[in-house]
Amino acid sequence: MAAASKDLKIREFPVEENPTEHYLNAGKGLKSWLFTVDHKRIGLMYLASIILFFFVGGMLALALRIELWEPARTFMDADTYNRVFTLHGAIMVFLFIIPSIPAALGNFFLPMMLGAKDVAFPRLNLLSFWIYSIGALFTLYSIAYGGVDTGWTFYTPYSTSTGTAVISMTLGVFIMGFSSILTGINFIVTIHKMRAPGQTWGKLPLFLWSLYATSIIQVLATPNLAITFLLLILESTLGVGIFDPALGGDPVLYQHFFWFYSHPAVYIMIVPAFGIISEVISTFSKKTIFGYWLIALSSLAIAFIGFLVWGHHMFVSGQSELSTVIFSFLTFFVGIPTGIKILNWIATMYKGSIDLKTPMIYALMFLFLFSIGGFTGIMLGALSVNVHLHDTYYVVAHFHYVMMGGTVFAFLAGIHYWWPKMTGKMYNELWAKIASVILFIGFNVTFLPQFVMGSQGMPRRYYSYIEQFQTLHQTSTVGSWILGVGFIIVGIYLAISLFSKNNRASSNPWGARALEWMTTSPPAHHNFNHTPVVLHNPYDFHKPISEFRLGIDGSDGHHSSEDVSTPKEVGDKV
Amino acid sequence: MLETINRYILPQVSSTFAADVDALFTFINVTSVIILLGITVAIFYFSIKYRRKSEDDVTPVIRFNTMLEVTWITIPLILVLIVFAWGFRGYIDMRTPPGNAYEVYVTANSFFWQFTYPNGVQTTDELYVPAGRPVKLIMQSRDVIHSFFVPDFRIKQDVLPGRYTTLWFETLTSGEHVIFCTEYCGTGHSAMDGMVYALEPDEFNAWLNEQKELSERELPLAELGRNLYTSQGCAGCHSLDGSVVIGPTFQGLYGAERQFTDGTSRVADEEYLRESIKYPGRVINVGFNNIMPSYEGQLSDDQITAIIEFIKELE
Ligand code: HEC
Ligand code: HEM
Ligand SMILES: [Cu+2]
Ligand SMILES: [Cu+2]
Repeated sequence: MAAASKDLKIREFPVEENPTEHYLNAGKGLKSWLFTVDHKRIGLMYLASIILFFFVGGMLALALRIELWEPARTFMDADTYNRVFTLHGAIMVFLFIIPSIPAALGNFFLPMMLGAKDVAFPRLNLLSFWIYSIGALFTLYSIAYGGVDTGWTFYTPYSTSTGTAVISMTLGVFIMGFSSILTGINFIVTIHKMRAPGQTWGKLPLFLWSLYATSIIQVLATPNLAITFLLLILESTLGVGIFDPALGGDPVLYQHFFWFYSHPAVYIMIVPAFGIISEVISTFSKKTIFGYWLIALSSLAIAFIGFLVWGHHMFVSGQSELSTVIFSFLTFFVGIPTGIKILNWIATMYKGSIDLKTPMIYALMFLFLFSIGGFTGIMLGALSVNVHLHDTYYVVAHFHYVMMGGTVFAFLAGIHYWWPKMTGKMYNELWAKIASVILFIGFNVTFLPQFVMGSQGMPRRYYSYIEQFQTLHQTSTVGSWILGVGFIIVGIYLAISLFSKNNRASSNPWGARALEWMTTSPPAHHNFNHTPVVLHNPYDFHKPISEFRLGIDGSDGHHSSEDVSTPKEVGDKV
Repeated sequence: MLETINRYILPQVSSTFAADVDALFTFINVTSVIILLGITVAIFYFSIKYRRKSEDDVTPVIRFNTMLEVTWITIPLILVLIVFAWGFRGYIDMRTPPGNAYEVYVTANSFFWQFTYPNGVQTTDELYVPAGRPVKLIMQSRDVIHSFFVPDFRIKQDVLPGRYTTLWFETLTSGEHVIFCTEYCGTGHSAMDGMVYALEPDEFNAWLNEQKELSERELPLAELGRNLYTSQGCAGCHSLDGSVVIGPTFQGLYGAERQFTDGTSRVADEEYLRESIKYPGRVINVGFNNIMPSYEGQLSDDQITAIIEFIKELE
């Protein structure tokens, strides 16, 4: 920051449109992708993997829903059904949603939003991707080896007594955990050390605040999951008694360990989504964000309180009454910062200049669906009601509203928001809007009936059910087909946009103010050919856009002092 | 109107807890719907009223409003504290069984429930209780974790191996109510259901005495075996009519040639049946999984003999 004010001249750097050279054509061939240290390419590789796994998980979900068409057998047996819902859940959680926003969109945009040329440790970043891939291979191996039938929670003693491939599956998740930790460390260091001159914490885009909070959770919570799974593996291979009562262990201990990671993990899944929503709502309202600091700090508050409420998954598990009451009490305090965010986003729209482009439509759908997820979370936090609703379809509906209505819709908002920047191409706006409406309808038709079923007492993880629930199950199944159609449309128009010729995107199609829009679409190999300088908060739409394109000549101004690995050098090796 | 909605989305009200749980459920639903409606209206209203008119629109700079923030932190805070206190009170009731409760021991097995009454009578998948009197269940699992759930009563409790967990309820009237297992426990999880029969107290006593007499009567061996077949949960996995449930059918089993996963085979004689019941994991039938619980120590030799006799007579 000192450098900027000393002797270097700050001037405006106009953005070139339709660049001929950019990161996509900076290197050719498979090797230039698989061994790249360019955060953008790594982000895209994550994006491709994640979309692949979302597709696989989605197909499994459709299979589950079809099986539930009839109260008894429709087309698969109970053992197959149990394997399919376990795989669906495990793939969606560990392979799709945890890496989704941070590893794909985060990797791509975090350095750009800081005006940096890469993350602090580009090679480590590549390593994260490779570790993730190896973990995924273990998961695929487990499927081939006969599948796993424990549910994604791997509760003992069932998981140590069932003959299925639990060990290789948990080993896969164990390995992927390292990828999560390394990405988290990388992001934290990058945000601390590589902000553009003038970019104080108060001028950090909210997407980065949310990634910062997420990274802290990833670094602190993931080792705990690793140890839990290691103990589980030790118990099932060597017979060390930790969780199995037959060996003198305690099965409830496993649940404590598991949720001590997995509750914070649900914030790994949702907090990055908050970041996207902040960016999108402000941009498409063309208005300063309302309550910047509250939104920023509430992410950290959620990250912190999120560590103290794991026991709300265990109200009827046999844990002591006292802990149950304390966990319930604390749970409600996670609701407050979340509520604050929603109201601040809506306040941002007040007197804005609202443009209902596809990303904004998804963001507004997010507000509605995620609110339902939140309210039903309050319902589940209420002790006496929880006793009735726990492990029923009410919970299934609740977490799908949060994870799919929340994170997946925010992810869709993010994909559409940044698509022109990532690919340099514009998708068909009309089809995108049509698809968003189909997805919204399909989503609610699928999951709204599940709240009703659950309230009536329909337990989850049920292969067969009593006839009373059939109408609701069938409605839900029809909804899942609507969802499927919606996703197919999204896939088609996005693919078409890549190959069309006359749809080149401009550098800043939405008139946004954050730094990633102040370079070409698609971005140059090193993001910026100058060192950006930040004067304003990224949501200051009342300031002229030229004041957001300032910078100083020279490529590594603010990087050279803390030479973690000068991105320029690293990039040249590719 | 709320009544009508609740009748559709909630199970019937059949225990002393149900009304309070439903009231809290309704309170949260109504409050949530009001706030959600507010949010939705705001979204639509702003989207229309403030829609972009030109690319050069200028918007006011509104960064913060302390009054507003304080309001929308305080009101939700008060609401959630109410919800917490209400849920807490209901929960404490559920965890405090009265001293005069009628006690039944529950054993969860993959995939059936066994109920043992104070006079020694045992039932499987059917729990008989006196209506209008507190009933306390003392529960334990013989294998993995299960969970005892009766939607009509709004009660649920996990059942663990190696330790007791308890649960209590009091029905409002006599009637029948379905039991579900709500902790995933494997292949037969969704088939692990049962029924609670709440009988008028004198009816209940009559039933209990009748069962006691039945269990003491000398039965022919095969008939005793048939009773054990239902009461020990064999029926949940083994059919008598040739159909495959979770394990092989008993029909035509005796004397048949059995193929095992380790490549060996054997004729199902008395000794084979005895071993299969005591040590089911020693050999596994082709096409099945090793999930049958061992009955070693659970059934006496005489009882096993009775079951074998029953299987033999099936041909
Ligand atoms: C949880 C389900 C389950 C329960 C309960 C169960 N079994 Fe089994 N049983 C199986 C399965 C599965 C097999 C086949 C795998 C094997 O050979 O162990 C089997 C095999 C057997 C066999 C060998 C059958 C053959 O075709 O060779 C006998 C005999 C048997 N069970 C008897 C019983 C009796 C008697 C009871 C009740 C006291 C009982 N089982 C309870 C699941 C069960
Ligand atoms: C395409 C839309 C989807 C449909 C139709 C669907 C359907 C289902 C069904 C039927 C179950 C089994 C419920 C049970 O018996 O407990 C399930 C479980 C689950 N789903 Fe989905 N799902 C969808 C999308 C997602 C997404 C996007 C995620 C997360 C990102 C997700 C995460 C999970 C998890 C974690 C489970 C629990 C698995 C378990 O119980 O072990 N699902 N889903
Ligand atoms: Cu949680
Ligand atoms: Cu079960």
